[in-house]
Amino acid sequence: MSETPREPKIRVEHLTKIFGSKSQEALKLLQSGVGKDEILEKTGCGVGVADASFTVASGEIVVVMGLSGSGKSTLVRCINRLIEPTAGKILIDNQDITTLGMEELRQVRLSKLGMVFQNFALFPHRTVCQNAEYGLEIQGMDPAKRREKAIIALEQVGLKGWEEYYPVNLSGGMQQRVGLARALALDPDILLMDEAFSALDPLIRGDMQDELINLQSKMQKTILFISHDLDEALKLGDRIVLMKDGAIVQIGTAEQILTQPANEYVSRFVENVDITKVLTAESVMIKPKAVVFLSAHGPKSALRFMQKQGLSQIFVHDEHHKVIGYVTADTASEATQRGETELHHIMQTDFVSVPPDTPAADLIPIMANLSHPLPVVSSEGKLLGVIIRGSLLAALAERGRTNNA
Amino acid sequence: MPRIPIGATIEAIIDFLVTHFSFLTIAFTRIMENVIRVMENGLLFLPPWLFIIAAAGLTFWLTKKRGIAIFTLLGLALIWNMGLWVPTISTITLVLIATLTALSIGIPIGILAALNTGVNRVVQPVLDVMQTMPAFVYLIPAIPFFGLGKVAAIFATVIFSMPPAIRLTCLGIKQVPRELVECADAFGSNKWQKLFKLQLPLATPTIMAGVNQTVMLGLSMVVIAAMIGARGLGGEVWRAIQRLQMGSGFEAGLGIVIVAIILDRVLQHYGTKKR
Repeated sequence: MSETPREPKIRVEHLTKIFGSKSQEALKLLQSGVGKDEILEKTGCGVGVADASFTVASGEIVVVMGLSGSGKSTLVRCINRLIEPTAGKILIDNQDITTLGMEELRQVRLSKLGMVFQNFALFPHRTVCQNAEYGLEIQGMDPAKRREKAIIALEQVGLKGWEEYYPVNLSGGMQQRVGLARALALDPDILLMDEAFSALDPLIRGDMQDELINLQSKMQKTILFISHDLDEALKLGDRIVLMKDGAIVQIGTAEQILTQPANEYVSRFVENVDITKVLTAESVMIKPKAVVFLSAHGPKSALRFMQKQGLSQIFVHDEHHKVIGYVTADTASEATQRGETELHHIMQTDFVSVPPDTPAADLIPIMANLSHPLPVVSSEGKLLGVIIRGSLLAALAERGRTNNA
Repeated sequence: MPRIPIGATIEAIIDFLVTHFSFLTIAFTRIMENVIRVMENGLLFLPPWLFIIAAAGLTFWLTKKRGIAIFTLLGLALIWNMGLWVPTISTITLVLIATLTALSIGIPIGILAALNTGVNRVVQPVLDVMQTMPAFVYLIPAIPFFGLGKVAAIFATVIFSMPPAIRLTCLGIKQVPRELVECADAFGSNKWQKLFKLQLPLATPTIMAGVNQTVMLGLSMVVIAAMIGARGLGGEVWRAIQRLQMGSGFEAGLGIVIVAIILDRVLQHYGTKKR
C-alpha cells in the first residue's frame, strides 16, 4: 500500500517531551533507561513522549493511535510546537522545526500546517465563513479574496449556504466540517488532526471518515491523524503508529499491526477487531497454479494442466493476459473426446471477479453461492490470484488464532 | 521590643514626595480643574429639558429598551424638579472622568496580568490592598498632592474603582478556552492578532461587567469624595448630614440612586450582550 518510496514530508527523530521543571535531569535518566514511573518519583517530571521516531510520506495518512495518556496528543502538538519538545528533531521538508525562531515558526504554521481540533475550537464570535477565513486573515490576505477561498473550502466540506450562521447554530458534525474547512482554506501541505472525529456520534463519525478519505483522494495532503479508536485507525491509516506510555510500540500498515503484532500489548489491543473488515481479497488469495491462453491452448492441454495440479477448473487468458473466462475439467474432457481443438465453445464467460481491496467480510457472501473459485482481478483485468473457500477460511482461522493468543 | 515605625516611614516618604514633586501634581491639578470646568459648563450649557430628552433618547438608542428610556426621562425630570440639577451634572462629570481614567489604566493592566504571570503576581496583592484599605486613608495624602477639591476626589475615586476593571479583564481573558488559544497559535497568529481577534472579543462580556462595577464603585465614592470638597450630589448629602437635614439628605441620595440605576442598566446591557 505505502511501500512506494516517497519523499518523507515529516520526519520525527528521537522526539522526547518531558513535563516539569527538572526536565534535563529527567531526560538523562530516561536516556539511561530508567522507567517512566521511577523518573516521576525521582524528579517529579512526567514523560509525555519518549524517544519517538517515525516518518510521514508526502500524501500519506499516518494515524497515531493509543489510549488516553499515551502521549499522542502531546506528540502532535510537538510537531507544530504548540508544546516545546524537550529533545529530538522534527523535520518538515528537511527543515528542522525545533530550531526555528518564533517568527519563522509562525511562517511555517501559516504556510504548511493546518490543524483540526478534537472539540472543533471554532471561534464563537465569528460566523462560519469568518471562521474558515481565519488563517487567511492572519496571512494578511485581502477580505474579498479570502472570503472567496473560504467559501470554496466550505463547499468542499459540504457546507455551502451556511456561511453566515454562527457555530452555535450548527450540529457537531457540521462544526467539525467548519474546522476542517478552516484548515483546508489555507491549502496547507500537512494536516494535523487531533482526535478530529472523536467528539462526534458514531454514525456521523463514520460519514466524516468516508468524507476525509474521499477528500484525500482528490487533495493528496500529508495527514497526521491522532485517534484512540482502533477501527478509525484501521480505516483511515495508510500506516499506523501505535503508542503506549509515550513510546512507540509498533509502526506498520493495518494488516501488519493485526497479523504481526509486535508484542503482547499490541495483540491485546487488537484482539477485538473484526478481522474480516481488515483482511482484503489480496491477503487471502492464493496464486493460480496454472492458466491457459485462448490463442495457444486447446481442451487437451487445459485438461492436462488441471490433472497435473489437481484442479477442477482453469482460468483462460487472452493474449493481453486478461481473464476472459474459465473451463471446467468435465467440459474439457468431453471436448477432448469429441476431438475439439478450440477452447472457445466450452469456455464459460459469465464469471464473478473482485478487485484486490475487497474486504474479506464482503467475500463470504459472494463465495457462498459460487460454483468456481473467485478470481481476484486488477483494474487492468489481469488475474492476480484466486480465492477458494478453503483458503479464505484458513486465512480467517489463522488470523483469529494469533489474535486470541 | 522596639516598635516597627511603619506609620513614621510612610509619613516620611509622603513628606519627601510632597516636598519634591507636589509642584508637578499641583500643576496637573490646575489643568484638570479647567478640564472639569469646561466639561461641566458644556453639559450645563444645554437647558435641562433638552438634556433630559437627549439622555432618554441616547439610552434608548444604546439599549433598545423602552423601559430604561422612560425611567431616564422621569428620573432626570425628578432630579431637576428637586432642584438638584447643577450638583447632578457635577457628579456625572466627576464620575465620568474618574471611571474613564480608571478604565484606561485598569483594562490594559488587566490584559497584562492575564498574559504575563510575573505581572499578575505583582498586581494581585496590590489589588487586595486597594480594595481593602479604607478609602479615607488615601484621601488624606491625596490632599497635599492635589489640594482640596475635585481632582483629589477623582484621584481617590480612580484608586477605589479600578480593581474590578483589572480583575474582571484578567479573568475574562484567562477564561478564553485553552483549545481556542491553541488554535489561534496553530494558525500562526501573533500576540496582537490573538489578543484582538480572539481574547478581547471573547472576554468582552466579562470586561463589561468590570466596567459596570467600576462605574458603580465610582458613584458610591461621591459622598466620601465630597468630604474633600468635591461638591456635587455627594456634597449635598454631606451638607445634609452636618446640618441634620433628613429631607434634603434623602433627596440628594435619591438623585445618586437614579443616576446609578440609569448607568447600571445601560452598561449591564452591554455586559450581557450576546456573543
